[in-house]
Amino acid sequence: MSLSNSLPALILFSSLLPGLLIFLLGERNHRLRTLINLTGATVKLLLVVIMITGVAGGQHYETRLTLLPGMDLVLNADALSVLFVTLSSALWFVTTIYAVGYLEGSPHRSRFFGFFSLCVSATMGIAMAGNMLTFLIFYELLTLVTYPLVVHRGTAESLKAGRTYLTYTMAGGGLLLLGVAWLRAVAGPLDFTETGVLSSRGDLDPAVLSMIFALLIAGLGVKAALVPFHGWLPKAMVAPAPVSALLHAVAVVKAGAFGIVRVVYDVYGIEFTAQLGLLTPLAVVAAFTIIYGSIKALYQDELKKRLAYSTVSQVSYIALGTALFGPTASVGGIVHLVHQGVMKITLFFCAGNLAEAQGIHHIHQMNGIGRRMPLTMTTFTIASLGMIGVPPLAGFFSKWYLGSGGLEAGQDWVIAVLIVSSLLNAGYFLPVLYRVWFLPSDGSWSKRQSGSGCLEIHWTLLLPPVITASLVVGVGLLANAPFSPLEWTRLIVSREYDQ
Amino acid sequence: MTPLSAMEDLWPALLALPLGAAYLAYLIPSWAKRIGLLSCVLNAVVTLSLASTIHTDGVQLHAVGGWAAPLGIMLRVDGLAAVMLLTTALVTLAAGVYAGSYFSLGGNQNQERGFWPLWLFLLAALNLLFVAADLFNLYVTLELMGIAAVALVAMGGGRTALTAALRYLLVGLIGSLCYLLGVGLIYAMSGSVDLLQPTDALLPGPAFGMALALMSAGLLFKAGLFPFHFWLPPAHANAPAPVSAMLSALVVEAAFYILLRLWFELAPAGTLYTAQYLPGVLGAVAVFWGGWNALRATRLKMMIAYSTVSQLGYLFLAIPLMVKVGLAAWGGAVLLVLAHALAKGAMFLVAGTVLLVAGHDRIADLAGTAKRLPLTMLSFALAGVSLIGLPPSGGFLAKWLLFNAAIYTEQWWAVLVLLLGSLLAAAYIFKVIACAFVQHDSTKRIGADAAAGLEWPAFALALLAILLGFFASAFSELLTIGSPVVGPLLNERSP
Repeated sequence: MSLSNSLPALILFSSLLPGLLIFLLGERNHRLRTLINLTGATVKLLLVVIMITGVAGGQHYETRLTLLPGMDLVLNADALSVLFVTLSSALWFVTTIYAVGYLEGSPHRSRFFGFFSLCVSATMGIAMAGNMLTFLIFYELLTLVTYPLVVHRGTAESLKAGRTYLTYTMAGGGLLLLGVAWLRAVAGPLDFTETGVLSSRGDLDPAVLSMIFALLIAGLGVKAALVPFHGWLPKAMVAPAPVSALLHAVAVVKAGAFGIVRVVYDVYGIEFTAQLGLLTPLAVVAAFTIIYGSIKALYQDELKKRLAYSTVSQVSYIALGTALFGPTASVGGIVHLVHQGVMKITLFFCAGNLAEAQGIHHIHQMNGIGRRMPLTMTTFTIASLGMIGVPPLAGFFSKWYLGSGGLEAGQDWVIAVLIVSSLLNAGYFLPVLYRVWFLPSDGSWSKRQSGSGCLEIHWTLLLPPVITASLVVGVGLLANAPFSPLEWTRLIVSREYDQ
Repeated sequence: MTPLSAMEDLWPALLALPLGAAYLAYLIPSWAKRIGLLSCVLNAVVTLSLASTIHTDGVQLHAVGGWAAPLGIMLRVDGLAAVMLLTTALVTLAAGVYAGSYFSLGGNQNQERGFWPLWLFLLAALNLLFVAADLFNLYVTLELMGIAAVALVAMGGGRTALTAALRYLLVGLIGSLCYLLGVGLIYAMSGSVDLLQPTDALLPGPAFGMALALMSAGLLFKAGLFPFHFWLPPAHANAPAPVSAMLSALVVEAAFYILLRLWFELAPAGTLYTAQYLPGVLGAVAVFWGGWNALRATRLKMMIAYSTVSQLGYLFLAIPLMVKVGLAAWGGAVLLVLAHALAKGAMFLVAGTVLLVAGHDRIADLAGTAKRLPLTMLSFALAGVSLIGLPPSGGFLAKWLLFNAAIYTEQWWAVLVLLLGSLLAAAYIFKVIACAFVQHDSTKRIGADAAAGLEWPAFALALLAILLGFFASAFSELLTIGSPVVGPLLNERSP
């Protein structure tokens, strides 16, 4: 077995095996568990570095397993999958550190970390899926392994949220399954191909292809939280903070958004999708979701709910960028996979810290908290400003490329959507920042020192948001450096549009 | 067609081994468990080597005692039979190991004494059924299987189990009678009951139609297809757990197996055409009716039994698809039989463990029990994944093949049934899985060693149902050997 046909499988197993091992370990064996977890995360990062350098140099990695004749499980690494793989493995690493600290002393940690690793493995599978069947398999697997995380607390509320989550995702999975099976029955086993595979098939009925497209997007839209399929996301906020963080930044919503990118670019091909007239409806749905999510966010007092609606809105930037014809918009959409990821995970880490250290769950309780938890709230501030789109933070670049891409595609209304959305972003983040830094605290903060010495909270809870907030600044400042997400996205897009 | 030597050596073991063991277990009750377990293991070995012979050498025929048909008894093992034999061997082995602990823990030694001979007898009947190559032999094996099954259900003890067993007996008798009438008609028409060369005298006509209808009706009773399913849930839910596993995983499927033989081997091509939608439509109703009742069930075993009614529906749903595309739907249905047998076997074993540990199987009160039995709950969840048809699992591959067949032939109603049926299954499975996550504690303990004998066989079956999702290629190759339908396993329009 050479690296070129085993590397994708190795990357998958670097989290799958730790996950399975952790189930076998007892609940009390927490040192060994943490060791296994971090070893897996580190090995994965190293493997990903090998993959990045390989793919940049034009190397091809593919693992293929035949399930049935005419039915292959394919994992491969193209530029787009590398982007998602890198994002997931990097954020998995920091979230693992965070989760170890966050869940210290709580029950069922072995179950939690086991499913947590499986969840990342499923995301890896989604990222590296080489055809729609493989994508579907890991997409459904992701539903299964995130359910235990959503209901982790076992309260009546979290079980109810789990039911809602399953109802939405199972129904979405059903639609996706139907779409994929239909596509399989009319067009055969389609391996993802840059510039799309269906464009060369003149024999297929455009009406059927449009219907399949609608099914696929609806199925993916459930996880990507496109309106009207977004209802599960705010409810799933009952999960522990690390789950929310990873769910929002990487695993679930991104799986949906990433799927939309795959379907448009690598199954249908962007030119062919445009010819079929399918881009505009997608753009409209995405734009509506962006505005709707932001407006709903304005009205939430619970911090995690406000962040959840913010996710609804921000993830649709990816769909919007995908739905606009032209390389600039594509760059904006795809790079937002990464940018939204690092920003949103920072915000959720902070929300978790507030809840953990001070028992704060609502925005009206946050007055003056900046003085009590300065580092946490600094990272929160950076990430929120990034979300609003303040230069030179990550979010600015996404919006800039989306806006110019909209103009390039002749869809000037996109600018209006972006402006309104940014205003709304400011509308729901700036008041929070104002409370945090400028209002006097109205209660006495808990004297509980969960951190050691002078730290406001234990280092395992502080380091992750600091790292991700630095990334928010870093990917913005170094946007033009080689191997920055933006540069890499330009590489992806140049391949997608290459005729 | 000269029978190969491997077949000569192996085929008697399929029958002689369990039958001989059944007599021994009856004569020496104190050794019954050891005899039973040993013959389950040996049966699995024999079946495996037989299947590998089929895989390399193709269909195997054997004339018992050297007398060829029409005088003697012909036995035949093709790909389909091999898959069924393998399924039987696997489920019997796991459920047998489970039974070894189940009865000693349940504290009923008398039950165990009766159990092993009947159990081995049932295994012999199933083995013979899958290799029988003529209609009359099928009848005999059907009766043997039915009698053993009824006796095993009655072992559940108590009023409900006896009522269920009695009803099961009556339905079985009606079914067999109908079937036998049909066989009589066929014999009167053609002077032969051979499945291997049936078509000469059997021209499609009213008499042949009548015979086929009678036989099919009898078998539909035994297969528990809606609306003939009424006897199934009480019988399967009130039997001892290893028996329930065997009944749901194999016995009803055996009737389906005979129907496949009748409809695709006995009936000349095209005869089925007019009636093909009937099983399909009944199957569709069964999927929903079974699923709906499973969702409403308050007892775990009842839920699993109704789930069997629902899953059997898919098998019959596949019939019209088989007529249209051949192997795609055929492969899907047979793979589903296999995946369902593994998953449903695991599930009934899980239910038995829960019943022993908690003393009840009310779904609403399972929370604490689930906490005590993590491995058992995991087995339930894995089996559930395959039963719903979620990837990666054998159930997923089977449903994927059926989806492909239904979409390719543009049978949108079947597509809808497959999709909604899976969602319904997800609803009733996750209702139970959610119990594992409820905050709760308090339940009585049972010995750790004894629990291992209950927990691991169920886990093994459930894990196999999942692994089948990765190793189905071998089965798909086996299936095509001597299959009466043709075509690719997956279809697409060629560019």
